[in-house]
Amino acid sequence: MDTTDIPRTVPRRSATFDDYTLSEIRRAAATGIYDIRGAGAKRALPHFDDLLFLGASISRYPLEGYREKCATDVILGTRFAKKPIHLKTPITIAGMSFGSLSAQAKEALGRGATIAGTSTTTGDGGMTPEERGHSQTLVYQYLPSRYGMNPADMLKADAIEIVIGQGAKPGGGGMLLGQKISDRVAAMRTLPKGIDQRSACRHPDWTGPDDLEIKIEELREITDWQKPIYVKVGATRPYYDVALAVKSGADVVVLDGMQGGTAATQDVFIEHVGIPTLAAIRPAVEALQELGMHRKVQLIVSGGIRNGADVAKALALGADAVSIGTAALVALGDNDPALEAEYAKLGTTAGAYDDWQEGRDPAGITTQDPDLAARLDPVAAGRRLANYLAVLTLEAQTIARACGKSHLRNLEPEDLVALTIEAAAMARVPLAGTSWIPGQGGF
Amino acid sequence: MPVVDLAVTSKRALNESLHALAPDTNETLWRVENPGGQHALAVGLDVPVTVEIAGHAGYYCGGMNRQATIVVEGNAGVGVGENMMSGRIHVLGDASQSAGATAHGGLLVIDGNASARCGTSMKGVDIVVKGSIGPMSAFMAQSGALVVLGDAGDALGDSIYEARLYVRGEVKSLGADCIEKELRDEHRAELRRLLDAAGLDGAVKVEDFRRYGSARTLYNFHVDHAGAY
Repeated sequence: MDTTDIPRTVPRRSATFDDYTLSEIRRAAATGIYDIRGAGAKRALPHFDDLLFLGASISRYPLEGYREKCATDVILGTRFAKKPIHLKTPITIAGMSFGSLSAQAKEALGRGATIAGTSTTTGDGGMTPEERGHSQTLVYQYLPSRYGMNPADMLKADAIEIVIGQGAKPGGGGMLLGQKISDRVAAMRTLPKGIDQRSACRHPDWTGPDDLEIKIEELREITDWQKPIYVKVGATRPYYDVALAVKSGADVVVLDGMQGGTAATQDVFIEHVGIPTLAAIRPAVEALQELGMHRKVQLIVSGGIRNGADVAKALALGADAVSIGTAALVALGDNDPALEAEYAKLGTTAGAYDDWQEGRDPAGITTQDPDLAARLDPVAAGRRLANYLAVLTLEAQTIARACGKSHLRNLEPEDLVALTIEAAAMARVPLAGTSWIPGQGGF
Repeated sequence: MPVVDLAVTSKRALNESLHALAPDTNETLWRVENPGGQHALAVGLDVPVTVEIAGHAGYYCGGMNRQATIVVEGNAGVGVGENMMSGRIHVLGDASQSAGATAHGGLLVIDGNASARCGTSMKGVDIVVKGSIGPMSAFMAQSGALVVLGDAGDALGDSIYEARLYVRGEVKSLGADCIEKELRDEHRAELRRLLDAAGLDGAVKVEDFRRYGSARTLYNFHVDHAGAY
C-alpha cells in the first residue's frame, strides 16, 4: 500500500507537558538547581475577575458620580494603639526591602504613597533615611531575620508589622543572592558583601500564638502602646491564623494571597504553596466576625490587586484595606515595553521579566547596581505611582456609587455575584443568575 | 534611688517611667521589687541608667536595650536581651531559650546556664555564659562573640556566619558549616577582655577555651552542598 496518501494527524503538544514544562525540565537537567525568581504566582487562578458587582436598579438607589460623596478613608489600629493611622485611601503599599529594591525605588514608593495619602512599608534589611524622609506614613516590618532591626528606626515608624509569612512563600524564608549585596546592603544586614543572605523562616525568639502574644506585648511596651501593631500572614489557613492573630493582640491583620510577590523564591514554592487571595478573604472575615472583631481589628488584603474593581471586591468581601506590591512596581516602571531590547538581552520579554534576584533590572527598580538604579527618577516614578493610586481609588468609588454606597467600606458581599462555581464557593457569593453558593449547605 | 514595687505598680508604669528619663537624669539607679516573672520588664530603654530587678524576669527582659545596665537577680525567661543594641544585661541565675537573640551590640552576661538557641542570629552582641548552653545555640550567628565556660549542646553554630564562639567545656556536636578554628592571639585578647568584663578574674584561663566559627562553605548556595542542610 502506498502510505503517502494516508492522512496524518497534526503534531499534538501535550497539555501536561507543555512548552514551559519541557523547558523547565531541560533547565533543571542542565543545572541541577531549582528555579529562583521574583513576583507571585503566575498560573491562572480563581480571582477577582471571576466576580461581578450588581449595580443598583429598582431595589437599591445608586449615588450620582462626580456629585454625591463616596468617602474612601480608613483608620487602621483602633483596637489598642493610642495613635491609629488615618489614610485617605484604603490602598497601601506592601513591604518591600531595600536590598531587593534600589534606594531610588524605595524613595519613589514613599513619594507616591505620600502624595496619595497612604502608607508605605519597609522590608527585610531595615529602614533607610531616604525612605523615612519621603514617607509620610511608614510601617516598620519586624521580620524573622531581624536584618537591620533597630529600635531607633522602629520608634520613628508609624506602625509595626510583625511578618509571620507572605503569600508567595508561606512557611518559607527568603534569599537575597550575593550579586545584590552591595556595601550598603551588607552593612545594614551585618553580613559580608557578596554572600547569599538567607532570611529565616521563623522568628528566633518566639514560637506559636502564646509566644506571639507576649512578643506583641513587648513591642507595645517598647513603643508605649502608641503604634498600631499589624500581623502579616501568608494565606494558607486564614480562618485559624486570623483568629490566632486576634487572640495574640494584633490591631491589624495583613493577609497575603499566593499572587502576592516576592523578591526571590523558588518557582515551585511560589506556584504550589498557599491559597489564592480570593479563597482567603471570607474565612478570615468569618474568624473576625465570630470573635466580634470585624472592623475592630482591621483586615488588609494583598496579592493580585490590579485595579479599582479588585479593590472594591476585596472591600466588599470584608477587607478594610488592600495592599499592592507588584502593581506598584509596574507603576514605577517595572517591565516597561519601552525597555524591550534590554529585556531581550536578558533572555526575557517585557511583561515576563521576573529574575529580580539577579539585580540586573533595566528599569532600575530591583537592583543594587548604581548605574541601573540611577535610571529611575524617584520624583517622576513617585508621581506615576500617585497617579495610579488615584485611578484605583476613583475606580473603586465609581463602583461603590453604582452600588449605592457613600463610603467604600459600605460595600458588602451582597453586592457581588460570581461567574464561576469555584469563585462562588471561594467568595461565598451566589453564582450569577442563581441563588446558589456552593459549599454553604443545601446540597 | 527610685524603687518600683511591681506588687503595687504596673509594669506599664515602670516602663513608661524608664522611657521618660532624660539622657542626663540623675536617677541613675533603679530597683524593681517583686518582679514576679513578668514579661517585658525594662524593655526599650535608651538611657545610661542601672535597673536592678530583684527576682525572676519573664520573656524579653531588657529587650532592644540601648545604653542601660540591667541586672536580673534571678532567672530570666525567653529572649532576655533580644535585639539589644548596647549596654549591659547581667542575669545572676539561669536564662531560658533564645538569650540575646538577634542582638546587635552590648554585653550579655549569664551567671548560670542558658537554654537552647542562646545567641541565635546574634548580630554583634557579646555574650558570656558562665554555665552551659543548650542545643542550636548561635544558629545563623552573624557577628559578635559567644563565650561559654561550661558545655555546649547539639548543633552549635549551625549555619553560622562571622560570629566567634569560644567554649571551655565539651561541645556535643557542631552544626552545618561550623568548625573548630585556631585560637590566635587576637582571640585570646578578645577572650580576656570579655572574661574581665564579665567579672571573672584570672582564674579562668583563655588557653582552656577552643574557638569555633564558620567554614564559609555555605556562603553561596551550591547544589552540591544541598545535603549539608
